[in-house]
Amino acid sequence: MATATKKKLVQWAPAEVKSALLEKYPPKVGRKRAKQIMINEALQNETPELTANVRTIPGIITMRGCTYAGCKGVIMGPTRDIVNLVHGPIGCSFYAWLTRRNQTDAGPDGENYMNYCFSTDMQEQDIIFGGEKKLAQAIQEAYDLFHPKSIAVFATCPVGLIGDDIHTVSKNMKEKFGDCNVYAFSCEGYKGVSQSAGHHIANNQVFRHLVGLNDEVKPGKYKINLLGEYNIGGDGFEIDRIFKKCGITCISTFSGNSTYDQFASSHTADLNAVMCHRSINYVADMMETKYGIPWVKVNFIGAKATAKSLRKIAEYFGEKALIDTVEKVIAEEMPEVEAALAEITPRTENKTVMMFVGGSRAHHYKELFDELKMKTISAGYEFGHEDDYEGRQVLPNIKLDADSRNIEELEVEADETRFKPRKSEKEMKALEKAGYKFKQYDGLAADMDKGTLIIDDLNQYEAEKLVELMKPDLFCAGIKEKYSIQKLGVPMKQLHSYDSGGPYAGFQGAINFYKEIDRLVNSKVWSFMKAPWQKNPQLSASYNWE
Amino acid sequence: MLLRHTPTEITERTALTINPAKTCQPIGAMYAALGIHGCLPHSHGSQGCCAYHRSALTRHYKEPVSASTSSFTEGASVFGGQANMLQAINNIFTVYNPVVIAIHTTCLSETIGDDLPQIKKKAAAEGKVPEGRYLISASTPSYAGSHVTGFSNMVKAMAGMAEPTGKKNGKVNIIPGWVEPADMEEIKRITQMIGVKTILFPDTSGVLNGPLSGEYKMFPDGGTTVAELQSTGDSKGTLALGEWCSADAARELDKKHKVPCRVLDMPFGLMATDRFIDALRTIAGVSIPDEIVNERGQLVDMISDMHQYLYGKKVALVGDPDQLIAMTEFLVSMDMKPIHIVTGTPGKKFEKRIKEITKDMGCEVNVKAQGDMFLLHQWIKNEPVDLIIGNTYCKYIARDEDIPYVRWGFPILDRQGHQYFPTVGYKGGLRLLEKILGVLLDRKDRDDSESKFELVL
Repeated sequence: MATATKKKLVQWAPAEVKSALLEKYPPKVGRKRAKQIMINEALQNETPELTANVRTIPGIITMRGCTYAGCKGVIMGPTRDIVNLVHGPIGCSFYAWLTRRNQTDAGPDGENYMNYCFSTDMQEQDIIFGGEKKLAQAIQEAYDLFHPKSIAVFATCPVGLIGDDIHTVSKNMKEKFGDCNVYAFSCEGYKGVSQSAGHHIANNQVFRHLVGLNDEVKPGKYKINLLGEYNIGGDGFEIDRIFKKCGITCISTFSGNSTYDQFASSHTADLNAVMCHRSINYVADMMETKYGIPWVKVNFIGAKATAKSLRKIAEYFGEKALIDTVEKVIAEEMPEVEAALAEITPRTENKTVMMFVGGSRAHHYKELFDELKMKTISAGYEFGHEDDYEGRQVLPNIKLDADSRNIEELEVEADETRFKPRKSEKEMKALEKAGYKFKQYDGLAADMDKGTLIIDDLNQYEAEKLVELMKPDLFCAGIKEKYSIQKLGVPMKQLHSYDSGGPYAGFQGAINFYKEIDRLVNSKVWSFMKAPWQKNPQLSASYNWE
Repeated sequence: MLLRHTPTEITERTALTINPAKTCQPIGAMYAALGIHGCLPHSHGSQGCCAYHRSALTRHYKEPVSASTSSFTEGASVFGGQANMLQAINNIFTVYNPVVIAIHTTCLSETIGDDLPQIKKKAAAEGKVPEGRYLISASTPSYAGSHVTGFSNMVKAMAGMAEPTGKKNGKVNIIPGWVEPADMEEIKRITQMIGVKTILFPDTSGVLNGPLSGEYKMFPDGGTTVAELQSTGDSKGTLALGEWCSADAARELDKKHKVPCRVLDMPFGLMATDRFIDALRTIAGVSIPDEIVNERGQLVDMISDMHQYLYGKKVALVGDPDQLIAMTEFLVSMDMKPIHIVTGTPGKKFEKRIKEITKDMGCEVNVKAQGDMFLLHQWIKNEPVDLIIGNTYCKYIARDEDIPYVRWGFPILDRQGHQYFPTVGYKGGLRLLEKILGVLLDRKDRDDSESKFELVL
């Protein structure tokens, strides 16, 4: 049984907290976990200090999910006009059915399969005799019923084990139909060490089967793709609103509120703006090599971060008209943000928060907490890699283990006809000289205070211990962690799918977030944990009705 | 329209399931295991299974759901998961120290053929199971049956803990099936009122409907204790509620330890509750107290008071076999017409039972086991209904077709109350009826013209 201790945060040195987290483990587990807990020095190391993207220890209650969840759930889940067919027993498709709060707007008559759940519901005989025939038949039935532009097939654990060739089945069906693109993802749950492997697999297949299919040039100026934005709680809608106001044309979003056609023409954009570094940097790299589209890291979580990202995009295009519009938009949007902050920060200032979420989100949301003048005292990722913590400069020095090596790396070359440098070498150099940073991500550690704790793949035991010792005012993670933290009397905000509400991106989103955090950390409910008689258990000798 | 691509015309599908009316076995095993006091469910497979099951149960209960996983990687999938499982057992007892680890398999570990009983033996032989601590296991391949089957398999594993002493304990085992914590609490209240000593297993009350008090107990106070489970072999009999959820465990106790069993329907609605109470009476040899008779009378009273709003109303149902059988009977007993009934769980017996219950209704009934909600929606498009009863996914159909809808079953992700208020027994029947009448009369109030709008209904 755990109760939040009364010892104040300042009394705990980070090294003490770290050793308290480790003391109960068997020695082998303790040694492994010690490498995944870092007392931050905020240095720009060339070699990673923290170990990440390694196996979770069996039996240690992890926050992590599987490769299938990363591929089908995260990357392909928000694609509305693709029939996402899961080949496997029923559960995998069922659990990924509408549970991530991805919003979409297909209009009154548009194609939208996101509310549906498709599965081959493999039975014992399919496991024994193979499921390829059933898969082909299921694809046929989906085609006959809906005539979609595209059907995507997702492998679950047993599919890889029994050796169903889902790629050949898909290819054959695609050829048979002629007007429906069918392709498959080998995203069996046992691959890799977390959802992250699934992101990579999804990136590869989207790049291989969708990107570059439509060369038609879309109208508009300042064309970008927004990569790694999943429109959870309507984040993407708010970012789209801001882009429109600035005159920036978003050719495609990977993959919030996306359509098949957007992916197909994404190679016609002139800049890739990467939100979630972890889940989508592979596509950005591959598009640069094949089509010559540079990429920059952006972040639309936080009002200041949004302004900064807009300026970064404007600076890339370098045209005065855009730079002026962006400044005008920021000037228009910020007063409301500042008014909200002025009202709310007196109630949030100096409150403490912990965040353990995603592969970029813990970093992004720190911006919002900074704006609220809250202190992030510990943070980490569920499925981040070393570069997400300590910056891309550590990439050459990350040791690949067997689990990562098993995930396909596509060999990409410049496309003979479609490769087109967006800027001349001279222009790129000039931008870089002026301090413009392409393909750069400094990671979470650089933005965390010295002496804070950065913890990779935090587990239930450590989470509970951290809350006990450091007693934060707010804890952020996912649905599985939510209620054990709240039982301790500490409010918990889900940052995967937000529980409810949103958008939290952009300017309006920032205001929504400030209000939400104000509500959470200042709710009266946290003062009701004990009944009056529990607070004052001593009975007086007598009680008079006077 | 949310489900805008669902056509009215029904075509045969042999391979494609759309909008399932079931999920997979392991989540049922996990839910059942949470009904053992001090138990940590363990998923022997890749991480995602455990993460998904915990998330689904957490969203349904808004409570912490702890469970661990063997975290299979590609290597474990090739060489077998024994090493992962043994490591997990050691870590779990060291870090969390549960009384029981209840292991269930997944399609992954089943496909590669991991042998759990053998792994358990090895763990015991290597001294990885401390004194007074237990490992139980159930085989729950996701490619057979449904979440209901997985629940049943884990309950059967719980019955496997029985250790008869030869001395009868004077108790009746009650296996409640996959019902809510509130329902389990209600069954205990009823048996206490009647004066029957029972062992209820599993029992998730006090586990998945806990208080918020500033304390977190990884293993809450509720749940059937190991001592009780061991004692089930000394009970004078077993009442299994629900053929699909509970019968296998009861028959296991009968076969192995000669504890006689009766399989009843789940006590939802008037008649199924009547049979449950009557069975308790005869087994325990007691007479039924007036309070219970009174509760029954209140339910009959509400049915009679509001019969005009229920009579002839057509209903579409989706859920699990045991629940649907009792619910169909309840609706028929109130002269309502359940005309479309789907479960995703396989079993021709289900269709037969429903046909029997509805045979005098005087209209065609669509019923399908191993069906899906896409088919249910198509049936509704072809023959509209006045009411839908089912889990949260029904809200997409209810909104598109503008049909009154009562949430009942698993999962319920968007409303509260199922953890706290029972729907079993007579009191539960009153609550079901209140919910049904609520949506039907709200609809009437919404749709009646101003001249027809009435104060008193």
